[in-house]
Amino acid sequence: MSQKRPPADVYFFGTCLIDVFQPQAGLDAVTLIEREGVRVHYPDAQSCCGQPAYTSGEVAAARRVARAQLDLFPEAWPIVVPSGSCAGMMKHHWPTLFAGTPDEARAKEVAGRIVEFADFLLNTLDWQPTDLGQPLTLAVHTSCSARREMNTHVNGWALIDRLANVKRVVHEREAECCGFGGVFSVRHPDIAGAMVADKAAALKDSGAAQFVTADCGCMMNINGKLAKDGDTFAGEHLATFLLKRTGGAA
Amino acid sequence: MNEATLTYYPSRDFKANARAALADSNLRASFRGAMDFLMGKRAAQFPDAHELAELRKLGEAIRQKSLAKLPELLEQLEAKLTENGVTVHWAETTEEANAIVHGLIAAKGGKLAVKGKSMVSEETELNHYLEARGMTAIESDMGEYIVQLAGEKPSHIIMPAIHKTRADIARLFSEHIPGTPYTEDVDALIQIGRQALRQMYVSADVGISGVNFAIAETGTLCLVENEGNGRMCTTVPDMHIAITGIEKVIEKLSDVVPLYSLLTRSATGQPVTTYFNMISGPRRPGEKDGPREVHLVLLDNGRSQAYSDEQLRKTLQCIRCGACMNHCPVYTRIGGHAYGTVYPGPIGEIISPHMLGLENTVDLPTASSLCGACGEVCPVKIPIPEMLMRLREESVRDPHEKVAHPLRGQGAGVDKEVKLAWRLWTGLYSKPGYYRLFGWAATRLRGLTPRHQLGWTQNHVPMKPAPKTLHELMRERRKETGR
Amino acid sequence: MSARENILTKLRAAPRSAPPAPDVAAYYAGTPKLTGLAALKHWAALMRAVRTEVLWVRESDWPRTLAEQVAARGIRTLLLAPSTAHGARAAAALAELAEPPLRLGFDQTIDGWKATLFNEVDAAFTRVRAGIALTGSLIAWPDEHEPRTMSLVPPIHFALFDTRTLYPDFFSAMSAENWAAGMPTNALLISGPSKTSDIQQTVAYGAHGPRELVVLAVLPDEIDLAELEADA
Repeated sequence: MSQKRPPADVYFFGTCLIDVFQPQAGLDAVTLIEREGVRVHYPDAQSCCGQPAYTSGEVAAARRVARAQLDLFPEAWPIVVPSGSCAGMMKHHWPTLFAGTPDEARAKEVAGRIVEFADFLLNTLDWQPTDLGQPLTLAVHTSCSARREMNTHVNGWALIDRLANVKRVVHEREAECCGFGGVFSVRHPDIAGAMVADKAAALKDSGAAQFVTADCGCMMNINGKLAKDGDTFAGEHLATFLLKRTGGAA
Repeated sequence: MNEATLTYYPSRDFKANARAALADSNLRASFRGAMDFLMGKRAAQFPDAHELAELRKLGEAIRQKSLAKLPELLEQLEAKLTENGVTVHWAETTEEANAIVHGLIAAKGGKLAVKGKSMVSEETELNHYLEARGMTAIESDMGEYIVQLAGEKPSHIIMPAIHKTRADIARLFSEHIPGTPYTEDVDALIQIGRQALRQMYVSADVGISGVNFAIAETGTLCLVENEGNGRMCTTVPDMHIAITGIEKVIEKLSDVVPLYSLLTRSATGQPVTTYFNMISGPRRPGEKDGPREVHLVLLDNGRSQAYSDEQLRKTLQCIRCGACMNHCPVYTRIGGHAYGTVYPGPIGEIISPHMLGLENTVDLPTASSLCGACGEVCPVKIPIPEMLMRLREESVRDPHEKVAHPLRGQGAGVDKEVKLAWRLWTGLYSKPGYYRLFGWAATRLRGLTPRHQLGWTQNHVPMKPAPKTLHELMRERRKETGR
Repeated sequence: MSARENILTKLRAAPRSAPPAPDVAAYYAGTPKLTGLAALKHWAALMRAVRTEVLWVRESDWPRTLAEQVAARGIRTLLLAPSTAHGARAAAALAELAEPPLRLGFDQTIDGWKATLFNEVDAAFTRVRAGIALTGSLIAWPDEHEPRTMSLVPPIHFALFDTRTLYPDFFSAMSAENWAAGMPTNALLISGPSKTSDIQQTVAYGAHGPRELVVLAVLPDEIDLAELEADA
């Protein structure tokens, strides 16, 4: 484990989906970080990283929305993002999005400070939990961005593996996409529907009592599908799960 | 072949095609099984992640260098091939390419062409063209032969008949090949195909093939195959016509070594194919076989459009291994035909718009969740998701906007209502005051959440805002903690 | 303007920057190389994995092995090159058989006897130029004595391979022999009998080319056969 000195302060970028649809997940992430003695700053003017527009080809729109976030992180603190795909957008795509514009240098500087939540908890804070929960079998869905852009899927696994009473199981085709893909799930509902059906079935068939994911889009996709089918099996955000297991009031 | 039975799926009907494919449980099971098999085989060929990373880097560098020198290398290739006795032809369009091939066969008074696998000839619909002019073109790759008998098109660039079960093929052979009993035994079926096709090599006036790599340094055409039909087509008939895209040229003979290794291991998970056939000219005086004439047709068909833009040029790095489709969660579920294009899957989504125009392929760049599996396995590191996003950008760009290298069909995906929605979204999400108000209103009015939300509620319960936004919860928390 | 000029003009008009140059030689200099017994074992294992029959022979006795194999298969017509030394030796050994096969030479161009070649020749015997350990391959440069179709059309191909010409990998072979200085009209890598997986991913041999590939792998005297086949 890297034993970096934890920073005293971090910014928290909550992401638009968490803001409106799953605020508790954001709050739980903040609680976990603060419990480790780090002050969390939440810039009130934040909204969205611009990813929905960017992946839809609406580059100018994405740039305008992303541009509105650039000024929100004046101190040189890390910026923690509780979603793999948003973190990927900010870290890897903002430099491209602003290339050749007056904001390029600033975008690069901000991008350099983006850290995905699980990565931060594990590798910066070296989180050492005491698992207070009952024995549980758990499946993990990792967002594709976290896996392929951020390479942080191993962090989620490592965090869960630090919980003594949780048995992590691998589900069939764990690396496969759940079919969310932002507007993809709305634009191609037939294909996306087949993908999420397979993902939901694989998670259920894994023998796990529930699943977790560190990406709000994937979570809403899979849970929304399970709920539509009247299923009681469901998933929650990694932060919520970790907090619950370690005595936090989630 | 009977033209009436030819199944053609225009890519404009992508969504309907996809829906039909998804509803076909046999088809889905076929593709799922085949893709799982191919993914497993590929993974077994690359046990060493470091070796794979280094080899991919090398492959990418070779392809990028080749493209950076493309016009010079094409001229060198032409000069070298000419010196070797091969005649080089150039075609900007599929029609020109077909006319060249037809003209060459007609000049010999030929009627029967036997074909090795060539995706470029699928691009030009060469068989159709020749048949409409009284010639016969027989596909000799087993998969292509099966697909041709069925009056269909390939559903995968490496395994053309991957959508067919052995029962389908048993039926096809017993119906179409005279004197053939129904059998589902794969060995027996292959022997039936072998016998039917061997007579074709003997009688054919011309052999037509594709090219995997064209080496400028030595004037060599390389063909990669397992079956031996490629060697037959390029060796037995008196004339060999190879047809390929202008991007297939590589500079040095030694460049082919890593590319060949990447190709076979990525495509079918083989360390090597049965044959690697390197052709550097027609029969020389004293030699007793090989074609007396060898021709190469170099086809553009939209490739120069991709080339004109340095980002989109990466599309042309492709060595046609098909790994992107094998690993694509969309392709796996809908199969190759739904795309309605010669090249399906991720590579098809990024190359077809250059060949057919965005106006004919507008759904293709959007048919991806951008999961990145394709880019991750691409042996020459084409950033496919990046290409998809760029094509989406061009597709929704104002058709009248002047850009340095306009793509054919620029703005084909513009939808006024969607544009308006993005304008509203931008207004809300780029102004903190409006955004907070929006978040407050959305959470307070959560009881009014519509029951039908575009495509979302087809598969999901409606998205319902939480009672309070994270903004509000954080403000409350700050009050409590005093920070 | 011609299509050629139009295409080249468009390509030349595009912005171009020089990407980092690949160094293929440096890459292969850094990969592990199979040599000696390990190379032979690896080569044979891969060839056998794709149903090649590998028979270890000595320079003195390969004609006898060939004759035995031909007899065992009941081959009636075999194509070989009597004008070559190895072809003459093979022909002599085959003539000794109780029921010797018809021994044809490729002594006219293919044009006059395509149908016979396809329909009446059971097997062919040729010598290959070299081998590749890493991928389990043979290298063939067909010539006027042993034309391209000999290793392709007859259902059984007997290949005589001098294992002293086994290269660790394809790159070593083409560099050591300086292929870039001049290629033959046709050069081939052959890795097994012809095959296909086009029907439901099931491998079937004998697709269009040979159904059987039998390699007479000539070992130098210093290599011990028992050692070679140990834990193979």
